[in-house]
Amino acid sequence: MEFAFYFSAGIAVAATLRVITHTHPVHALLYLVVSLMAIAMCFFSLGAPFAGALEIIVYAGAIMVLFVFVVMMLNLGRATAEQERRWLTPRAWLGPSVLAALLLVELLGILFHQPGGAMIKGTLVDPKEVGVTLFGPYLLAVELASMLLLAALVAAWHLGRQDKE
Amino acid sequence: MSWLTPEVIDILFAVFQAVVILLVAVIAGALLSFVERRVLALWQDRYGPNRVGPFGSLQIAADMIKMFFKEDWIPPFADKKIFTLAPAVAMGTVLASFMVIPVTDTWGVADMNIGILFFFAMAGLTVYAVLFAGWASNNKYSLLGGLRASAQTISYEVFMGLALMGLVAQAGSFNLRDIVEYQAQNLWFIIPQFFGFCTFFIAGVAVTHRHPFDQPEAEQELADGYHVEYSGMKWGMFFVGEYIGIVLISSLLVTLFFGGWHGPFDLLPQIPFIWFALKTGFFIMIFILLRAAIPRPRYDQVMSFSWKFCLPLTLLNLLVTGALVLLNTPAAVN
Repeated sequence: MEFAFYFSAGIAVAATLRVITHTHPVHALLYLVVSLMAIAMCFFSLGAPFAGALEIIVYAGAIMVLFVFVVMMLNLGRATAEQERRWLTPRAWLGPSVLAALLLVELLGILFHQPGGAMIKGTLVDPKEVGVTLFGPYLLAVELASMLLLAALVAAWHLGRQDKE
Repeated sequence: MSWLTPEVIDILFAVFQAVVILLVAVIAGALLSFVERRVLALWQDRYGPNRVGPFGSLQIAADMIKMFFKEDWIPPFADKKIFTLAPAVAMGTVLASFMVIPVTDTWGVADMNIGILFFFAMAGLTVYAVLFAGWASNNKYSLLGGLRASAQTISYEVFMGLALMGLVAQAGSFNLRDIVEYQAQNLWFIIPQFFGFCTFFIAGVAVTHRHPFDQPEAEQELADGYHVEYSGMKWGMFFVGEYIGIVLISSLLVTLFFGGWHGPFDLLPQIPFIWFALKTGFFIMIFILLRAAIPRPRYDQVMSFSWKFCLPLTLLNLLVTGALVLLNTPAAVN
């Protein structure tokens, strides 16, 4: 299980890197889909298949489809890829990445110095437990999220409304 | 034979099961193309393919030979990587969904406690096949087909999930084996979840892009939609993938609403596989009959039917089911 977790986590990191560095928008989105699926695999290997399945259904299966949909409609051609390439000069990303790498080294150092954290045990969390927790202690958070979604729905309806004369 | 321990035998048997289920799914999908043409012809008072072999049964072999030896042509203006990826996604996601279907008591690939959700995840990924095929072909008909397909699939998947939630609330599990067991002890879900069945069936037809929901490939308007630039085996994978999708939706309908491998009134429990195959065959025939019987509606009608009729219906169904389940559940003792 531990190997599966680190393997899919590695794929997620590599795919996300390609999302950032790829100059072609549709290919970059394809890598983002792969990255989301790798994260879902992480959830599976941690023993949370419910979260993993939802990750694929909601993010990879619905939200990313809309992203791809919009990018396809925009019909970004070679010119955009060229522009991306011009923007992604080493001068622009070298400094921030060196600093971020220093932070990563620090994080790894702290992680390796802390003795024995929780290991991946592979205990399975079934959907019922998730539901009981969501509608028990986290009820307020669920209600707030639903209100937020309702607000988004109302806003979307308002934006898409056609005024009839 | 010291390595042949019981565990190894179990693993080998599981692998054998998986391979058999995979092969049966693919072969059934391939054979369906012949069956569909013959049966459609029968219903429409024509002959259908009846020249090759007895009753035309070797037509499928002729078609396969043609498809395998056709030039595998990638248009120069296409995006080669995504163009090649799309048919693999089309077939791979559908085949992966077969993993969760319990064929009989002892046969089935994976016994997951999120069974239905895994199917929805794979159905959600199937959109990419059409979307990428439509975009990578770099052809306006393909792109239009891809756009139609993705909008249609997303709309119908919304209530496809909701249609089954009433059933899940009654059975108390996402696991397909538990759902079948629940049906064996109580009623088959076709009776208490009749609206769930209707909406899931409609969504199933729409998600596999079958008639009357085949707007993505409407010949008259789009010259075949998203796979117009495909040829040879790549086109074949889309084609067979669609038929495997029919087999998948039919077997899901049987598992979810018609008691899976159990016969009606517990008749003949010795032949679970035959019951499953018979019921699945029945739904496959319904799919084909739909194609023969119903004309294609306009695209905006398809979309408004989904959002304005099916979605509220499934929500009501879920609400009523939830209320009844709560009414019948004894109050929880803390």
